[in-house]
Amino acid sequence: MSLKRTYGMALAGVDLRKLSGTLIAIEGPDSSGRSTQIALLTRWLEQRGHAVAQVELRRSDLVGAELERAKQGNILSPRTLSLFYATDFYDQLENRIVPALRAGFVVLADRYIYTLMARAIVRGAEPEWAASVYSMAIVPDAVFYMTISLATLVQRTFQTHSELDYWESGMDCGLSRDWFQSFVRYQRKIRSEFFKMQTKYAFELVNANRSIAAVDRDLRGRIQLVLDRAEKPETRRVRRGRVN
Amino acid sequence: MTPEKDEKFPGKLIAVEGLDGSGKSTQIHLVHQWLQSTGYRVFFSEWNSSILVREATRKGKKRQLLTPTTFSLIHATDFADRYERQILPLLRAGYLVLCDRYIFTAFARDAVRGCDRAWLRKLYGFARIPDLTLFFRLPLTVALGRILEGRPQLKYFEAGMDLELNPDITESFRIFQGRVLGEYLTMVNEFGFTVLDATQTVFQQQGIVRRLIQERVDLGFFRKRYLQ
Repeated sequence: MSLKRTYGMALAGVDLRKLSGTLIAIEGPDSSGRSTQIALLTRWLEQRGHAVAQVELRRSDLVGAELERAKQGNILSPRTLSLFYATDFYDQLENRIVPALRAGFVVLADRYIYTLMARAIVRGAEPEWAASVYSMAIVPDAVFYMTISLATLVQRTFQTHSELDYWESGMDCGLSRDWFQSFVRYQRKIRSEFFKMQTKYAFELVNANRSIAAVDRDLRGRIQLVLDRAEKPETRRVRRGRVN
Repeated sequence: MTPEKDEKFPGKLIAVEGLDGSGKSTQIHLVHQWLQSTGYRVFFSEWNSSILVREATRKGKKRQLLTPTTFSLIHATDFADRYERQILPLLRAGYLVLCDRYIFTAFARDAVRGCDRAWLRKLYGFARIPDLTLFFRLPLTVALGRILEGRPQLKYFEAGMDLELNPDITESFRIFQGRVLGEYLTMVNEFGFTVLDATQTVFQQQGIVRRLIQERVDLGFFRKRYLQ
């Protein structure tokens, strides 16, 4: 069992030594295949006898519904929205992720704090401020970042939704009046923030341009390593990446 | 939402802080009346919430879903909304902005609930420190007396019941307020509060408050100028 840490600030009321589960975060843009892969991984993990819990952003009991409404209206300032997201995140961290980890589950997080930080930074937040807001977050046992070429991403987005999403196109950022152009610019900006965070937060890149089955095989292999490491603490590799 | 904190604004920010019952709201109300009637560009920012945040807060409080961290974050969200929508634009536009309670209320209350003090200060790092923060200091027993003599219906969170200090709500309120006062006192030097003796009469205090504002703020700048 690997000992959990946070990104620098203690999480009130939580004894990290009691968290025996495994936390895996999957990051990447919409249409990069995150939810498909999480569904496949869940089935595979359960078949192998691991209890799995899934979490995703904007699903907290506390503010999930209000966040959904705020998104519809675009009436909150970027800072307010990012703090709203932080509230949602910590509600889920304390009420879902921590209890699941305590119970020994494998928690698959469909996006984690990195998306929230990147979005806030692209909208003008200071990177140090964003990092400090999330400094009580638990460091995942692995973070997989699904990278995908913009051309493939555009194709997949149109295939699944037949239109571009307002927020995934960063239309609130004033990058361009043209949705397509804004989408491309926004996704580039987000990606560049992710690459800036890559070393610090030890992201493992996953090439998501491949077929569903190929990405699934790749992820299974890497997650197996994480689970093996968790089982045998004496052979545990010290994870790369620096923590505040 | 970039480094506006240290930016020079034409506006000025005045905040009042203190325990419930310290009389701070009365004082800032009188200041508002005075400045408004004298013809200054002044705006009074109340501790009201945006509708969205208010709903979430109400739900969280009613169902007791809030932990110290989410309690703190939801109030920070609310503050950010008011700050960016109202306070900051007014300061940029050259207003004198009066705040009944400011970030120090959150620092005191959330620290008592167990949030890390350094984390709280970073969380609110985007907010400008007021040009003048008036702290209305009152002995705990006097403040409690003022609030409790009216036999008020104390609210669950207001009395710190979530901290499980005491099953009796009034007793819990006493302990909670005592701790909040302790937090305030540590902030006096940290943030340069101007401390007022809130045992004096309202009229006496108001005289001191007006003099302090005249000393600290070039009121002439805020006089309304009408365009021809």
